[in-house]
Amino acid sequence: MKRDPGLYDYWPYRDRPRLRWPGGARVAFWVAPNIEYYELDPPPNPHRQPWPRPYPDVLSYSHRDYGNRVGHYRMMEAMDRCGVRGSVSLSVALCQHHPELIRDGVERGWEFFSHGIYNTRYSYGMDESQERAIIEDSIRTVREATGQTIAGWLAPALTHTERTMDLLAEYGLLYTCDLFQDDQPQPIKVAKGRLISMPYSLEINDVIAYGTACATPRAYGDMIRRQFDTLYEEGAESGTVMCIPLHAYLVGHPHRIGPFEEALRYITSHEGVWVTTAREIAEHYYTNCYEAVEADLQRRAGTVS
Amino acid sequence: MTLPADYLEYPRRRHGMDQDWYPWRPHFAQPARTWPNGARLAVWLCTSLEFFPLNPTGKPFKAPGSMVTAYPDLRHYTTRDYGNRVGVYRMLRLFADLGVRGSFAMNSAVAARYPQLVADVCRDGHEIVAHGVDMDQLHHGGLEEPAEAALVDECLATLLAASGQRVRGWLSPARSESPRTAALLAARGIEYFCDFVNDELPYEFSTPAGTLLAMPHSHELSDRQILVDYRHSEAEYAQQVVDQLERLQSECAHNGRRILSLPLTPYIVGLPYRFGMLRELLRDLASRPGVWFATGGELLDAWRASPDSGREAA
Repeated sequence: MKRDPGLYDYWPYRDRPRLRWPGGARVAFWVAPNIEYYELDPPPNPHRQPWPRPYPDVLSYSHRDYGNRVGHYRMMEAMDRCGVRGSVSLSVALCQHHPELIRDGVERGWEFFSHGIYNTRYSYGMDESQERAIIEDSIRTVREATGQTIAGWLAPALTHTERTMDLLAEYGLLYTCDLFQDDQPQPIKVAKGRLISMPYSLEINDVIAYGTACATPRAYGDMIRRQFDTLYEEGAESGTVMCIPLHAYLVGHPHRIGPFEEALRYITSHEGVWVTTAREIAEHYYTNCYEAVEADLQRRAGTVS
Repeated sequence: MTLPADYLEYPRRRHGMDQDWYPWRPHFAQPARTWPNGARLAVWLCTSLEFFPLNPTGKPFKAPGSMVTAYPDLRHYTTRDYGNRVGVYRMLRLFADLGVRGSFAMNSAVAARYPQLVADVCRDGHEIVAHGVDMDQLHHGGLEEPAEAALVDECLATLLAASGQRVRGWLSPARSESPRTAALLAARGIEYFCDFVNDELPYEFSTPAGTLLAMPHSHELSDRQILVDYRHSEAEYAQQVVDQLERLQSECAHNGRRILSLPLTPYIVGLPYRFGMLRELLRDLASRPGVWFATGGELLDAWRASPDSGREAA
């Protein structure tokens, strides 16, 4: 095991090359609905238990199912009203279980990227062929269901191996949402090819906000506004990225969706916000920013050594 | 540690669910109906009456509300008992003052120990819902079927003897089930159960012994979740209930009938410093036009009486 993941160099948030977003926007804003399938009885993984209670954990299982049955539609309609397309972090088996949800997203121009096969199949302990198999399955499954080639990855239940990033780059994926070291995209060190980290968030994530931070629906709305205010202010100097990761089994409750939608409208009603998808951010970054950032990283590495 | 090759086999990767209990049913695709009495929004008050033994086994896990300290944990035992003695009587009086009825999910140990409470609940026209034997006798996969069946039988027989009501609904202690719980309930004539939190309208739940109606009974809007687990204030709890009500009412206009299920716990919302909030909240709900305070049994009958009651083949 390594002391440092070795995926990026230290890169202080000062004197970086300026990131310029389309139209001179200050913030690239994207919303990541996690559309997940949690199995009632997945095979055991010695590194992680799927459910807090013994089989069958009907409370936890049915709580997750609520997101797909009920909450998803409230979340989707709130996003529609604010003109936000989702960049979906998808348990790709959902293409088989609930293709109706996938079609609704495709009709809206939503992006789909992979969050593994199920959120109850963990990458911990996978050998290389197994990890290749879930990437290949993800590419194939999402392509068949949506016509899209996945550009991004958020590891299933945030479970990784040491080779995850190398494999993502090898398969041509553009970005990973698994790293939380920055509010701007950044090239990631991979064995071959290119990969960038896409700012996601474990703080503005509704799971963390409601569950860990115990935020009320209105307090969560306030957190979202404050997160935006800072990134918008700093974005006047160099483009920033703000992501709201969502789970319909939480944000989609009748007592939560209203305050969330108000916060979403607060962001989208600002001038200078690029309301976009993760893929579009990544493509713009590779075309317009990557080389300047890479040169800056090389320069800094040279001065250090 | 490596994983076996079959870790990436998915035998239940198919349309619908990965189990055979109920079909996939997107909520907003349901036909828009009203309740039979013309109401749009049903409010279901479901109060839990629970007995937490002083000497729990804690197996296979401690139910929320169980003892915490070394034996004898008098502080938690008496705190819970307070609900069954004081808090619930505040709530009964409030419900009577407002003219609303609801359901009381009762451990049979409560009925056996406090027969007057059962009589008082029944006299006010409330429904008794079976809630297992006590909060330390959980239904779980490690129970042999005869042992679990004995728990169900003991619960139902005790509640019948104490209340004279044929119990129609079930809520498992701590919402914990074995793979057989629903079938054991169906085989004994239970008509609905409330353990699953995946929907806001009832749906048919298949078991080898017949079907049950899965009745929505909120987890995220419960007083325990918001006031105890999330530690939100009383005002913040009431705000969330009102927000839920108003959101559901706005959906009723387009999507038809809705249920606001409000689980209440006497040792939580029956405390003096919280009770004023509960009184104001329920007064507010009761003053809203088009709101029908129903028991679980009334919701069951109304659902079954509607033309598309969801008796679709699973």
